[in-house]
Amino acid sequence: MLKGQRGGMLRSYALIAPMFVFLLATFLLPVGMILWRSVSDPELRTALPETAVELSSWSGRGLPPANAYAALARDLAQVDGASLASLSRRLSYENPGFRALLQSTKRKLEAAPAGTTPDLVVLDPQWGANQTWQAMKRAAGPVGVFHILSALDLRQNYETGIGPSRPGAALYRSIILRTFTIASTTAILALLLAFPLCAFLARQSDRVRNLLLLMVLLPFWTSILVRTTAWLALLQDRGVINTLLMDMGLIDQPMKLLYNRIGVITALVHVMLPFMIFPLLAAMRSIDPRLFRAALSLGATPFYAFRRVYLPQIMPGVMAGTLMVFVVTLGFYVTPMLVGGPGDQMISYYIALYTTGTLNWGLASSLGLILLVITLSLYAIQNALLRRSGVGLR
Amino acid sequence: MTDRPIVDPAVPPIVSFRAVTKRYDAKSTVVDDLSLDIVKGEFLTLLGPSGSGKTTTLMMLAGFEWPNSGRIFMDGQDITDLPPHKRDMGVVFQSYALFPHMSVADNVAFPLAVRNIAAAEARRRVGEALELVHLAGFGDRKPGQLSGGQQQRVALARSLVYRPRIVLMDEPLGALDKALREQMQIEIKQIHRQLGVTFVYVTHDQDEALTMSDRVAVFHEGRIQQISPPVEIYNRPRTRFVASFLGETNMLPGTVVSVGDGFAGIRLANDVVLRGRAGEGIAADKEAVLVVRPEAISEIQAEANTIEGTLLDQLFHGDHVRVRIAISGGQTVQLKLRPQACASLPPAGQTLRLSIPAEEALILA
Repeated sequence: MLKGQRGGMLRSYALIAPMFVFLLATFLLPVGMILWRSVSDPELRTALPETAVELSSWSGRGLPPANAYAALARDLAQVDGASLASLSRRLSYENPGFRALLQSTKRKLEAAPAGTTPDLVVLDPQWGANQTWQAMKRAAGPVGVFHILSALDLRQNYETGIGPSRPGAALYRSIILRTFTIASTTAILALLLAFPLCAFLARQSDRVRNLLLLMVLLPFWTSILVRTTAWLALLQDRGVINTLLMDMGLIDQPMKLLYNRIGVITALVHVMLPFMIFPLLAAMRSIDPRLFRAALSLGATPFYAFRRVYLPQIMPGVMAGTLMVFVVTLGFYVTPMLVGGPGDQMISYYIALYTTGTLNWGLASSLGLILLVITLSLYAIQNALLRRSGVGLR
Repeated sequence: MTDRPIVDPAVPPIVSFRAVTKRYDAKSTVVDDLSLDIVKGEFLTLLGPSGSGKTTTLMMLAGFEWPNSGRIFMDGQDITDLPPHKRDMGVVFQSYALFPHMSVADNVAFPLAVRNIAAAEARRRVGEALELVHLAGFGDRKPGQLSGGQQQRVALARSLVYRPRIVLMDEPLGALDKALREQMQIEIKQIHRQLGVTFVYVTHDQDEALTMSDRVAVFHEGRIQQISPPVEIYNRPRTRFVASFLGETNMLPGTVVSVGDGFAGIRLANDVVLRGRAGEGIAADKEAVLVVRPEAISEIQAEANTIEGTLLDQLFHGDHVRVRIAISGGQTVQLKLRPQACASLPPAGQTLRLSIPAEEALILA
């Protein structure tokens, strides 16, 4: 009996194993590897192993001990070109001047007479500055928070604590904020548009509803690229909307609808609307319309009945739809690229830029990590809210 | 035939329907020129088959449907166009219609919350209402954790807790099994007696109508066929429909031969003439039916009002035996006899003579 049960368990594990392996290979592993990039900082340790050890024990205040200077001189003498190039790129995130500093120091060390160890500070006065060595220590790895802090416009300073990386300019924080603003605006507008539509659809006969749903689905089945391009045609200065409004005499000048926030939000709401409609409609259809009648018969005004009987019951659908639209919009790339201006690019654009353009994978993956953490927290908050209201996943 | 007054007829009715007609389209009239007075404090049952207009009548009273013509009055005020939430009626639906996201106590407290009744007072009244339906201590559960009967009790408590003037029930026991239904019938009747509130109850179940009501209004094709106390509905049906819809009955068609003294004679297909109480609108030489309950016919020899037939079969039902008898002319008559009375019956295929007391037979147009 017990043996038979165990056999059954094994069989069921065997049945889900292919899916599990597939998920592991195509999702968990790549995501894990990418996320690992946000904390991994191996370049300095590879290029300058002895220096890395010395820097790890240094406090970061003032100047490092003489051992560190000696280790750097030895490491620079031995380092190969490829390792030095990747270290240069890593340190140039701190200060673009590092490439020249490393190259010239290595050259001068090689030019020095054999058996002597020249003073590095004499070779280049930058080696006498605390900031130069702090930058080296931040890169000393093998793991560090440099990329994550950079993605939040922060930098660790061993003398003054964590502070802004570029005083006066918070680049990534404003991008993250912009991404969230666009995503939440899209979600709210989609909810406002979908709510009356779903309330209407929920009351129709199956035949009418399916027909109308097909009209929602048709664009949903079309490629996002095609839909976004269609918006280009509609929204441009001599596009359908501007021409129509001008012909009607409502405006004299074409309105600027493209390459700005209006264009991005319009196209995003259109693309995301089905994601709102389906959960919302499902929630509305699952409600017994007689409950509303019952509430009225018990003396509730239609508004009271809506707020206390209808709304709490469709809340899971509202939450699911809003979160779905919000989360999917967070990752949008193509639509803002095509219909947005430079100030409307979302976080994905920068992730793509750092991944394929500047090859700053640490920063790209840190931006991704921040996005993931915020999204997961939102999901947790939603679940907690739903559970408290008694209609959540039990 | 006049209805027995439940309370003083001088007291004006709590609700009056006046010439109310409801149509969904040109072809089907759901409620046809209905006039109905509901007496304060009574238990009135609207009985009828599905599509007879009883539920539509109730929904018009609750304010969920609007008549095409005619007016509805409550305490002399025209409420025809009053929205449902201003009518102060409690409605119990067949589907219970409990709010699934609220606890039992919150469900019952809902009408009190709507009326801004203070929390302490509301708690007390919720407790009382739950006690009334024998669900004290269930307040914290969710409706989904209760059985069908318990859910219906919660719905009942919810419709009573704010002391509405009238409680409307739309087939409230329809979804329950037979034993539970009978128990709930007794409890609802008890609650009605305890509170003295006017109950209007819709059902298609004749047993429910007969056991619970002060008066029964039998609906058929949008019209009230008869509105009378249960005993009268059963014993003195005014139309063929009422006679056939409530309980089992034998109907023997024939031609009226004489009318007088409240009695009439009818000639059946086999030329036998039987006497019975005369119903409304019968006249000599007109078509009519003789209506007699199976339990009113006996095999005892009598002088008059007898009919001969051939015994077809006997069906034993425990407390009674059903005997089917074929009379000449192709009709079958059913008898309901006590098992002891069957000992004297001849075997199947033999002829026997049946007595139909004229007092218990009705001749209806």
